[in-house]
Amino acid sequence: MADAYIVGVDMIKFGRFPEKSVPQIGSEAALLALDDCGLSIQDMQALYCGNLGQASGMVGQRILQEIGQTGIPVVNVANACATGATAFREAWASVKADLYDIVLAVGVEQMGKGLLGGGGGSRGISKEGLLGSGTMPSVFAEAGMEHTRQYGTTFEQFAKVSVKNHHHSTMNPKAMYQIETPLETVMNAEMISYPNTKLMCSVNVDGSAAAVIASEKKARELGLMDRAVKVRASVLTSDPWQERDLVMPDVNTCTRKAAAAAYEMAGLGPDDIDLIELHDCFATAEILHYENLGLCGDGEAGRLIDDGDVALGGRVPVNVSGGLLSKGHPLGATGIANIYEVSTHLRGNAGQRQVEGARIGMTHVIGLGSACGIHILEAA
Amino acid sequence: MADKPLPAVAYLKIPDDGEPYLEGTRCGSCGATFLGERDNCSKCGARGRMEPVRLSNQGELYSYCIVHRSFPGIDVPYVSAIVDLEGGGTVKGNLIDVEPDPAKIDFGMPVDVVYDDALGRKDADGNSYLSYFFRPRAN
Repeated sequence: MADAYIVGVDMIKFGRFPEKSVPQIGSEAALLALDDCGLSIQDMQALYCGNLGQASGMVGQRILQEIGQTGIPVVNVANACATGATAFREAWASVKADLYDIVLAVGVEQMGKGLLGGGGGSRGISKEGLLGSGTMPSVFAEAGMEHTRQYGTTFEQFAKVSVKNHHHSTMNPKAMYQIETPLETVMNAEMISYPNTKLMCSVNVDGSAAAVIASEKKARELGLMDRAVKVRASVLTSDPWQERDLVMPDVNTCTRKAAAAAYEMAGLGPDDIDLIELHDCFATAEILHYENLGLCGDGEAGRLIDDGDVALGGRVPVNVSGGLLSKGHPLGATGIANIYEVSTHLRGNAGQRQVEGARIGMTHVIGLGSACGIHILEAA
Repeated sequence: MADKPLPAVAYLKIPDDGEPYLEGTRCGSCGATFLGERDNCSKCGARGRMEPVRLSNQGELYSYCIVHRSFPGIDVPYVSAIVDLEGGGTVKGNLIDVEPDPAKIDFGMPVDVVYDDALGRKDADGNSYLSYFFRPRAN
């Protein structure tokens, strides 16, 4: 199969836009991505749209009703926090399969404030606070404490992740926040679910991101290869059976399986990766994924954050965009926003936060329930 | 309205004569243990081989977090705990009778499953519920 390339990609600055509709927010990123490659919606042969909050609302078609009803096939995708990555992957697969030459993938979300997860929905009485906690901060706190149990990882080490990502976001004008949060500030912020304080929880924001994916032949025809980004690997996994998985969601095994498959597909290993945007939905989660993605051995993640290996200027910078912790986490958009971030570095356009000489980058998302999406990208 | 408390979850069984207990199922093909009833095994894919099993009231703390912010009306802080039961099965619930302080909570600590009223919660019809909790085992 021929290679597929990202030829246009962009995201809006994340924020809160209660006055706009979901399709309006999605349309903005779609148009930005089309402008990035100088094309129009008339050139697109299919649309893959990721959105969670209005999963039954035909968001993709409504985006076309905003920017051009060309009659192309539209696929609406929902896959928890892996929604955007899944939409991107479906778009990529359609080009790889030679169904289309050039397609558009959009991820969009409009979020409320407050705790995610732990809601009712079942008959009888609410189980939250009765049978433990099902909120996302709690679920990921428990996953982090499993690492503490195994390797002695400390509250301070988890907190350092948030210090790093907030620092990175001060250099990203498209991040929700651009504020430094020193270690004491992070550790003394309101405790939500120990060991995650409020500053160690991702920010609920509205946002959208989009990518135009083309076959190599089409990209060459259009003269778009000079800024193209090659998709070296695209992998999606679900959670394989694990002893505790149905009670305590396991974000590790599905990530490890996806990482192994992605490295094999790309024909390279963790040492070849110049930067990573990974799923720091909570500070505890980022620590787990250093090991899950093979950046270090098991039990070495605490040392990795202590030594600055994963900060900008370190051995393998992680979440230089500011990550979900500070750039923000609009669920359906996140998986394409992190592809935008890595692509921007591979094109050498990341400004102050540029990872010098970046040639190959990785994106990673986890949708709890569970889905893991990994992409490996390379400057063409 | 029921004349006695209802189980807070389907896998909590309240026999007419005898003590309440947690029920699981075990796969007759691969031995995997699950909470509650099911027809097929999601570990090995075996169909129709699941047998009900009475889960132990003794276990050990596998992981936890301390919840300081929850939804309105829920008392905080409390400890949300993941417990591995002796003989198989993992259950989530509140760890009670401990200080909500990481220095006071040990991974692997032995706990008992105890049964009590569901913190006074009632459903729309006014029914009371019986729930389960984890309590550190006295030496």
